[in-house]
Amino acid sequence: MATGIKDKVAIIGMGCSKFGERWDCGTEHLLNEAFQEALLDAGIEKSRIGAAWYGSAVDRVNVGTSAIPAATALRLGGIPFTRVENMCATGTEALRGAAYAVAAGVVDIALAIGAEKLKDTGYGGLPIGTRGTLNDLVLPATSAPGGFAQLAAGYRARYGVSRQDLKNAMARVSWKSHQNGAKNPKAHLQKEVDLDTILNAPLIADPLGIYDCCGVSDGAACAIVTTPEIARSLGKRDMVTIKALQLSLSAGVEIGTADWDGSYVRNTRIAAQKAYAEAGIRNPRKEVSMMEVHDCFSITELVTMEDLGISSDGGAVKDIMDGFFDADGGVPCQIDGGLKCFGHPIGATGLRMAYENYLQLLGRAGKRQLKNPVIGLSHNLGGVPYNCLAAIAILGLASR
Amino acid sequence: MSDRGIKSYAAYIPRQRMDRAAIAAAHAWAMPGLKAAGKGERAFCSWDEDAITMSVDAVRACLKSPLANAIGSLSFASTTAPFADLQNASVIAAASGLSAHLSSSDVGGSLRAGTSALIHALESTNATDSMVVAADNRRAKPASPQEMQYGAGSAAVRTGTGDLIARYLGSASAVSQFADHFRSSGQSYDYHWEERWVRDEGYLKIVPEVVERLFKNTGVSAAQIDYFCLAATISGVAPAVAKKLKIRPDAVVDNLASRCGDSGAAHPLMMLALALETAKPGQRILVIGFGAGADALLFEATEALTSYRSAATVSDQVARGVTDKNYTKLLSFSGELELDWGMRAEFDAKTSLTQLYRSSDQIISFIGGRCTACGAIQFPRMSACVQCGSDGALAPTPLADEAAKVATFTADWLQYYPAPPLYVGLVQFDNGARTLMEMVDIVPDKFDVGLPLRMVFRIKERDGLRHHHRYFWKATPVG
Repeated sequence: MATGIKDKVAIIGMGCSKFGERWDCGTEHLLNEAFQEALLDAGIEKSRIGAAWYGSAVDRVNVGTSAIPAATALRLGGIPFTRVENMCATGTEALRGAAYAVAAGVVDIALAIGAEKLKDTGYGGLPIGTRGTLNDLVLPATSAPGGFAQLAAGYRARYGVSRQDLKNAMARVSWKSHQNGAKNPKAHLQKEVDLDTILNAPLIADPLGIYDCCGVSDGAACAIVTTPEIARSLGKRDMVTIKALQLSLSAGVEIGTADWDGSYVRNTRIAAQKAYAEAGIRNPRKEVSMMEVHDCFSITELVTMEDLGISSDGGAVKDIMDGFFDADGGVPCQIDGGLKCFGHPIGATGLRMAYENYLQLLGRAGKRQLKNPVIGLSHNLGGVPYNCLAAIAILGLASR
Repeated sequence: MSDRGIKSYAAYIPRQRMDRAAIAAAHAWAMPGLKAAGKGERAFCSWDEDAITMSVDAVRACLKSPLANAIGSLSFASTTAPFADLQNASVIAAASGLSAHLSSSDVGGSLRAGTSALIHALESTNATDSMVVAADNRRAKPASPQEMQYGAGSAAVRTGTGDLIARYLGSASAVSQFADHFRSSGQSYDYHWEERWVRDEGYLKIVPEVVERLFKNTGVSAAQIDYFCLAATISGVAPAVAKKLKIRPDAVVDNLASRCGDSGAAHPLMMLALALETAKPGQRILVIGFGAGADALLFEATEALTSYRSAATVSDQVARGVTDKNYTKLLSFSGELELDWGMRAEFDAKTSLTQLYRSSDQIISFIGGRCTACGAIQFPRMSACVQCGSDGALAPTPLADEAAKVATFTADWLQYYPAPPLYVGLVQFDNGARTLMEMVDIVPDKFDVGLPLRMVFRIKERDGLRHHHRYFWKATPVG
């Protein structure tokens, strides 16, 4: 009988590059920037790493396929090194690979590293590419905001929220993330923005304006994992362990049947329920100390609050306007700025979220440190709401 | 007298109409004389419409009449057929849901192509019905008189024996070296000669000779003509020819110049369709096709016409127009002006012909599947049911004529799209099927979740590198 991942794997080192428009460097430099920080944090030689997982999502505009580019950048040859790709959950997938290897007892120490170099395309937003020969013939070519903006139509239709009330709540989501990002020296965007500016920005995909959208960034993030026993033997006392790692994917229900009304993300709900069960969390609104969710767009963060069971169905607008997710609120969310301001180098994002939870749990988050967090949740959403995958990672203090 | 005739008809005119004053205003600095022609409006194709898509719309509407007899042949007439080698009629047949057991052909070469194809169908001795569809999207140089005169559209006519709304009385034709205009293969624009010569030596000499011969053969006189359909972009030509033939002035059918413009090879059939809207039993309709000679066809309305109503009348199509004053939109959609769409437009839209053929019934005919285990209707047809997961067979189920509504949507300004913003969202069919679709011809402030939609066949993407179009279905508000 499977017993889940809870407390079987400890994180002993993490690193994260500065995110942003890194005109100064390529993927190989970003990878090393995160890796060296993690090695130093873990206090180990890189020769102790037994296996590695490299996450990158759109390598056709980057360093190409396979994990060879990552192994070469880190000069980490001769060990099992695997490239994983699962859209925006890619970074969390790398972590899951490494954690499962340790939990299986196959290696003592494993590496999860993710990177993306998106600013070499010559234009903003995600790179354009084929979606497969059949999809190209039948699916409309939508942008990412075009896919997520439809949540607003579904949400308005279900709850009867007015366009303006929803737009105000969405603006409040982005406003809060800018407040937080301004305190993070590694964030892509470190500037506060007022609500009027957000509300009056040009439309990208109705009703999303430019401040309702995260940008795309260059960056890398990294985790070194091992068993709690080995961690202790390495002298780690304050220890962060993995409490849950879950993933749920669409199989056509949302895009192909009438069993979904477009007002929520089905996979987030499924993954959340499994993750809470795995971590032993019964009341997430009370038990989760902080969250890093996939705020690719403001509307995504809004429905995610309900999908994760933090807000009641239809209750996110009020929670947001009440400041429940602000830095001084009930469950602080995107305390590092989130995708919105920290940035969104796809393959790194899941690990960047874990990095913030890790820092906060260990009390190392500097100006933005929260008071005594014990459980941090991170959430990724890949694809578009009607055809997506959701990953959830819950980290916590080993003592909890 | 023939036992053949017309069983149903339908027309299609693109919804977008350019205000001619906007065209004239844009050119006023160089061609102030165009102001006189800057009256009324002309239809123009959206970026995703062409002679094939317009034909599909007309044929689908023409097929809506409940007739038992099978369609045995399809003729597509156009001077602006999208493909030179890849039978355009084959695409129209598949998208219109016609049986594959079909004799199909493309006809072109002159603006007379539509009437010639119709004569051919009416002279057929086949037991099955024939479908004739004509469509044109004529290209004109900016600031030319033709830019004002040309429109776009299609008309479909179903012919056969049995239940006729109009009986075919006969036809006459002549071939001539008279070239009022020409366009060489591979060229974009027509080259026109002086209008006065075209009127006096062309229409006024060639047409009367053919019509007189037709009168003689059929025993019908000019006084018995109630509808005279002569398409000509030169004003005053049709009344002048009618006068010369001694046809009553009030028999001259409106050529739609003021509201739609000329639809080329389709226009004689469009005017025939317009005449059939009001013709009474026993009334006679004379239809002329002009180009490298002339065709003349004579019809007599039957009793059955009084209870017949086309699913797409010309009047419906004229009325649904939406006026636009953005002249550069016309230029961009017709390929006269290359806008800078940015790097996002650099996507390579290469079509895998193997994939297209493998899924052609889904892509061209919009046929989804019905699960033989649970009954769920779905699109696309994958290897297992979307609802119950059964890997049993999915029975082919057409979706093109199924009622549907908006489930989710957005107006996407980021995605490259030749007519921004891209309206896109989940389309919920009443029968349970659902799929993500492009939505076209939207009136923004009336668009929301729950709005009824119908399906239209359009160009999905243009592959500029290989000069190929992908076609697929899109959703548009009903009405």
